[in-house]
Amino acid sequence: MIRRAILKALAIPGHQIPFGAREMPLPYGWGTGGIAVTAAILGPRDVLKVIDQGADDTTNAVSIRRFFARVAGIATTTRTAEASVIQTRHRIPERPLQEGQVMVFQVPMPEPLFRLEPRLAETRRLHALGDYALAQLRLYEDIAQQGEAGSAYNHPVMVAGRYLMSPSPIPGFDNPKLHMSPAIMLFGAGREKKIYAVPPWTEVRSLDFDDHPFAPVHAAQGCAFCGSTASYKDEIVADDAGGRVFVCSDTDACREGQE
Amino acid sequence: MSALLEADALHLRFGAVRALDDVAVSIWPGEVVAIVGESGSGKSTLLRVLSGQVAPDAGGVRYAGAEVHALGEAQRRRLMCTDWGYVHQNARDGLRMGVSAGGNIGERLMAAGTRHYGAIRDAAAEWMVKVELDPARMDDRPGMFSGGMQQRLQIARCLVTQPKLVFMDEPTGGLDVSVQARLLDLLRRLVGELGLAAFFLTHDIAAARLLAHRILVMRHGRVVEEGLADRVLDDPRHPYTQLLVSSVLAA
Repeated sequence: MIRRAILKALAIPGHQIPFGAREMPLPYGWGTGGIAVTAAILGPRDVLKVIDQGADDTTNAVSIRRFFARVAGIATTTRTAEASVIQTRHRIPERPLQEGQVMVFQVPMPEPLFRLEPRLAETRRLHALGDYALAQLRLYEDIAQQGEAGSAYNHPVMVAGRYLMSPSPIPGFDNPKLHMSPAIMLFGAGREKKIYAVPPWTEVRSLDFDDHPFAPVHAAQGCAFCGSTASYKDEIVADDAGGRVFVCSDTDACREGQE
Repeated sequence: MSALLEADALHLRFGAVRALDDVAVSIWPGEVVAIVGESGSGKSTLLRVLSGQVAPDAGGVRYAGAEVHALGEAQRRRLMCTDWGYVHQNARDGLRMGVSAGGNIGERLMAAGTRHYGAIRDAAAEWMVKVELDPARMDDRPGMFSGGMQQRLQIARCLVTQPKLVFMDEPTGGLDVSVQARLLDLLRRLVGELGLAAFFLTHDIAAARLLAHRILVMRHGRVVEEGLADRVLDDPRHPYTQLLVSSVLAA
């Protein structure tokens, strides 16, 4: 049933497909949607990588990787280059994805019009009519009041010129990676019971104005470990005097950079 | 020249109540038609049927050759945000109170497909000037405006896409008389400048004289009298119209 939802999602890029969520060995909000999708697509030869905010070594990433190694008997990795399935929370790896790789996103709130229109029935109607003036209006308000788009993460995207889609809470920095990606992008929302997808080589445009093009934020400094200036950084307080360093959010890309 | 919007033999019942009873209306480009009548006479219902929001039990509404109630929802919404405007009696029903004045005006432009921030700002400023609001207050929310200003903002929001036909549901209701007078002046000027056709609902027959070319008098869901504004007001024929005209208070 989940596989059928995934196929349907791939056939209608950006459109949310409801599915019957199964019992999961962890609570909603910890990645149940992602796990349901990953479990539905894993085959015996797959190699799984799991990241949480870009890191391979956080509790959730380690637990989910171990869970699938045990119940599905598949190989796991922390290297982006070697993985065939990458389950992720809030990041897309820095290393460009290849054809044949599948990204699985954990999505807390699949509805991009959430917070703009409180009635879900009405949001479905707006999607059906392709009426996204509300989202554009939110962007207008942000620019009028702050001079720039207000969403540093979860910035809505138009998929294949038809559906407005929440890219899950990835930073705006990662939005361009969705555009014309050779990899399959699958999004699973466990609590909201929705699956949606971006097939390979699909046009994905961040919502913007012609004269205020979408401009993701780049960190002020290079990474303190690998020196990369091109990657997405976490800002970390390093000492008691308020000193700060920037380090790569993607631990695998940082490791590659240091080697 | 043919009618812009035409409706005939409209019937609508709410249970035992005949809200519309064999009503026929038409409006020509550039014409202002006032629909007067007391509360409960069916004038608001008529406006909702004409603007496609409520389907009649019988009868049809035609706009530019198309049957309004046969249109799909997408087409009707499209019509609502390009060709038509709807001014609510209460400005709060027609405005987004959580969004700045500029955003309120710009929303219809964005719904119609404008994706240029600067162009939207320019249009919003231009329309604020046209409705006598200070464009410097473009980024204020409507809650910071007075009632009369909110009503003018609502009118700017409606007119920014340059509609051909505007539905006004008692736009001067709930405003004090001096603010009403100013709003009526503004409406008269805009309607003349833009060549708008407008349905203008009111229970205030003096306002109808100021603005309307033609007047329809409604009672109990029926049109009891119809004619040129001056004719209806100076020579009312139906007893109910005579009552309405004679009950206007003179200051």
